Amino acid sequence: MGFRKIEAIIRSEKLEEVRVALDKEGFVGMTVTEVRGRGSQGGILLEWRAGEYRVEFLPKLKIELVVDDFDLQRALKAIEESARTGTTGDGKVFVYTVDNIIRIRTGERGGKAL
Amino acid sequence: MINSGDTAWVLISTALVILMTPALAFFYGGMVRKKNILSTIMLSVAILALISIQWVLFGYTLAFGPDIKHLIGGLDWLGLIGVGQAPNAVYAATIPHLAFMVFQLAFAVITPALITGAFVERINFPAFLVFTLLWATFVYDPVAHWVWGMGGWLKNMGALDFAGGTVVHITAGVSALALALVIGKRKGYGKYPMEPSNIPLTVLGAFLLWFGWFGFNGGSALTSGGLATLAFVVTNTSAAAAALTWMIISWIHKRPSVLGLSTGAVVGLVAITPAAGFVSPLSAILIGAVASIVSYYSILLRTRSGLDDSLDVFACHGMGGITGALMTGLLAEKAINVAGANGLLFGNPHQFIVQVIAVTVVAVFAFVFSFVFGKIVDAMFSLRAKSEEEEIGLDITQQAESAYN
Repeated sequence: MGFRKIEAIIRSEKLEEVRVALDKEGFVGMTVTEVRGRGSQGGILLEWRAGEYRVEFLPKLKIELVVDDFDLQRALKAIEESARTGTTGDGKVFVYTVDNIIRIRTGERGGKAL
Repeated sequence: MINSGDTAWVLISTALVILMTPALAFFYGGMVRKKNILSTIMLSVAILALISIQWVLFGYTLAFGPDIKHLIGGLDWLGLIGVGQAPNAVYAATIPHLAFMVFQLAFAVITPALITGAFVERINFPAFLVFTLLWATFVYDPVAHWVWGMGGWLKNMGALDFAGGTVVHITAGVSALALALVIGKRKGYGKYPMEPSNIPLTVLGAFLLWFGWFGFNGGSALTSGGLATLAFVVTNTSAAAAALTWMIISWIHKRPSVLGLSTGAVVGLVAITPAAGFVSPLSAILIGAVASIVSYYSILLRTRSGLDDSLDVFACHGMGGITGALMTGLLAEKAINVAGANGLLFGNPHQFIVQVIAVTVVAVFAFVFSFVFGKIVDAMFSLRAKSEEEEIGLDITQQAESAYN
């Protein structure tokens, strides 16, 4: 049995919807980081005093959580459905294999620490 | 004879105008990148300290001291010797001479601060101090004498400049152009995006400038009666007309931008400055609207030219000041201020010609001297920060401080 880390880059305004969707599926613990990035569409143009200036990196949020292999598809489905708007910029999800998990307070390892 | 109402108004106005320099610091600071916001603010507030001393020691006497050949003030009032609590009837008969002096100090301070917008994010601080001192002494003080000093040659010719459209804004605007040429573009300008650090700070600065401008123009009446009130009203009216015009232009282009509206407000304030005591409120609407259009397209042209007058001092203050000075020559009315003159549209084409001459002479003088002083200071102290200092950011490398932690 193994564990997977889900790293989801999402629209900042979708955080609460994603959090509620994960909560409903029983995934409570997660880490959120403010990040800046760009996809294949590149940056956007904003208004300057006269004319425009380009912003190449847009603000996004990165959610990280670790789940049991067995729960992976449920977690991914919750994120995808809650974070999707259907327009460019909805973000991406990456899934990694996790070697081990340690709960610092107790020293528990593996599934018990999850 | 000292009038307490006049004195109170001029002192309050002085405090308002002194507030404009820190307001400008934030107006400019919000538009530069995060790594340079403190160093940009520093340029303006350092000038407030530096020129306050220069003015007391010798600036005031050079600008307003007893006339020498219509070109410069004599050194009679060096260190403010002889400038006391009694009025100087030549300049302002109802307020202490010291009140007139300190009101003018506030103008001498903000003018070089305006120029700093041209060289933010790459200026070498010690060289900047030397340039500012030279500029204040050999550009601002003589021009202030020509236009406002008793016996000054442009004043004698009848040039109208109520509160400094020519003395403050045209000198600052064209000098900014000269300095932008001498110092060159910021590294990566036009190649990499340069995101403004904090637009709300810029908006706050712009509207504090609007507030302070009531002192700038209203105080220039040097009395607290009807003329100050007229200047107050046309100032607000022109700023509003220019802000609306700029908002509409940016809306047609894309969206009604708050940075655009704020820039428009400042341009409207610049343009009404020379006209404030001479035109009607309806004329003020026209002046503000026209100046907005002129400055908006000046920024676009400047951007296309590739010249890095980083915060568009020339487009906003130079072109705004020129527009205001020329429109004063069109729209001034003796019916509004008997001490003024009629403009071209009120049957006096001569006034328009005088305005053109004053604008041209001052612009050429300020440009040439700024360029030369820029080159001299650059050769002696390097006007530009070191390449790696510019990359890291001037907050850390020039001030050893960080705005955001």
